[in-house]
Amino acid sequence: MAADTAKSMRVSDKVMIEMSGVHKWFGDFHVLKNIDLTIKEGERIVIAGPSGSGKSTLIRCINHLETHDAGKIVIDGIELTEDLKRIDEVRREVGMVFQQFNLFPHMTVLENCTLAPLWVRKMPEAEARDLAMKLLERVRIPEQADKYPGQLSGGQQQRVAIARALCMNPKIMLFDEPTSALDPEMIKEVLDVMVELAREGMTMLCVTHEMGFAREVANRVVFMDEGEIIEQAAPDEFFSAPKNERTKSFLAQILAH
Amino acid sequence: MSAIDMMGPPQRSGSVLGWLRRNLFSSIGNTVLTLVAAYLLWLTIPPLLNFAIFDAVWTGETREACLGEGKGACWPLVWANFGQFIYGRYPESEIWRVNIVFALGFIALVPMLIPSAPAKRFNVIFLLVVYPLIALVLLAGDRPGLPPVPTSEWGGLLVTLVVAVTGIVVSLPLGIVLALGRRSSMPAIRMLSIIFIEFWRGVPLVTVLFMASVMLPLFLPEGLSPDNLLRCLVGVALFSSAYMAEVVRGGLQAIPAGQYEAARAAGLSYWQTMGLVVLPQALRHVIPGIVNTFIGLFKDTTLVLIVGIFDVLGQVRAQLSDPTWTVPQGALTGYLFAGIVFWIFCFGMSQYSSFMERRLSAGRGR
Repeated sequence: MAADTAKSMRVSDKVMIEMSGVHKWFGDFHVLKNIDLTIKEGERIVIAGPSGSGKSTLIRCINHLETHDAGKIVIDGIELTEDLKRIDEVRREVGMVFQQFNLFPHMTVLENCTLAPLWVRKMPEAEARDLAMKLLERVRIPEQADKYPGQLSGGQQQRVAIARALCMNPKIMLFDEPTSALDPEMIKEVLDVMVELAREGMTMLCVTHEMGFAREVANRVVFMDEGEIIEQAAPDEFFSAPKNERTKSFLAQILAH
Repeated sequence: MSAIDMMGPPQRSGSVLGWLRRNLFSSIGNTVLTLVAAYLLWLTIPPLLNFAIFDAVWTGETREACLGEGKGACWPLVWANFGQFIYGRYPESEIWRVNIVFALGFIALVPMLIPSAPAKRFNVIFLLVVYPLIALVLLAGDRPGLPPVPTSEWGGLLVTLVVAVTGIVVSLPLGIVLALGRRSSMPAIRMLSIIFIEFWRGVPLVTVLFMASVMLPLFLPEGLSPDNLLRCLVGVALFSSAYMAEVVRGGLQAIPAGQYEAARAAGLSYWQTMGLVVLPQALRHVIPGIVNTFIGLFKDTTLVLIVGIFDVLGQVRAQLSDPTWTVPQGALTGYLFAGIVFWIFCFGMSQYSSFMERRLSAGRGR
């Protein structure tokens, strides 16, 4: 079943993200070491690895929340440099979902969703509202539109965050541990939304410890440790026949229980 | 229904005696404190009320009405000089201009207090941009049909309000800009903001006013010396901006980095991020601090007295040397009046601040 789903999702030949020779340091700490990663349109990538291995930093480089110190990052044909105009251009195409949701607490759910379309895309208000309601329906919480984030559960907040990112009609979605801050009973409702998104052909990069999700929707699992990409493979191969010793011991740890 | 479903919350005893016992006499220590406090109140409140109300002289035309044993506050003194306390030496024939400015300000303020009032945005623009211009033209004059009134003739509550309102209106936006500047990633802007803030916070307001009024004209070429009141206004506004900047910075620091990241990741620019996401939250956090600064500023306006500008307190003091109203209780009466005036304005601001806090926190779930 899982394999069928994965196969049914098409991957085009168009390159969406290309990282080559990317290095990054936090002070003296070499957090990303010579990262080469090419992602095509429609690919669903799960990035796994022990904490502190640079997974989050890697995806935060893609929308320039972190600057890379060396190497080249090209997003949908736009190279990321210090040029602010290009950074804004890339950010319009890349949606991001954070571990801590980061909804704006002083705005209603609807206002959270319409903010960027209104101010960045300059969309008329009625159109932005319709779009937001459509996406809130898609994440199954249209009835919460007029509430404030503080009144929602963690799972609901994270689904709003996904809808908010989708409102910009992004070509790429980044997920930075989207379920790590959730209570166990809420993880599924968020993963369900993400699975649906994957089936619709969204290019996705997801840092997560949800290996079930990886098996179901990823077409590639990237394993990182100590700032390097150690191994990447299709999920079947990654889980059943890992090649590297570090991958093996990581999988032994997380799949043990 | 089962017995558990039938249970209501525990009964709170409603009797006055019960309340007294719980809150005032719950232990020996509390009982002692209650008695001491009651004694202190008994020592201070009745004499104050006697002086201000029961023994006070309320009517009379001259000082003789207030003379005599056991008489309290001499309110006729205030009535007789009321015009001076409010308008200073503003020419009597032109006082209608001041009244229009007061009335306009009051009318524009009222809708701000009513959350459901329409056209908020228009009202704010009117209050912050149009109103000051109207006030300036009307008060200073020198336009067709409006003879000029030099600021040296302004005084009383008029001056207090002009200084305080200017300080408030200028210090909030300037303070926000300075606070953002101090947190900027650009070193030059950060340095300039820090130098500005630390300079103005480091000197006493009295020094600022004195420098503005006495020293500045010595450095400026002859004939280019701006108006004395204007110089003080600039001094007060810059001084309070520095304080405001630090209050706002405190609010900015309370906003988690995730808020900036979410806004930037959505493609918002720096100014959009600040204006739409960060500042609305940060300012909400520091409403008490902002209003605290406003109240402090309002009371600090009394310091303009040292450069020869007469605010309410200055007018009251000046009046004390007027021989037609020399009565033993004159000083007490005058200061009591000035105190009441300041208290009304400051208490009003503090009430408005708690009203805003309640309104902004209502319905947000946290």
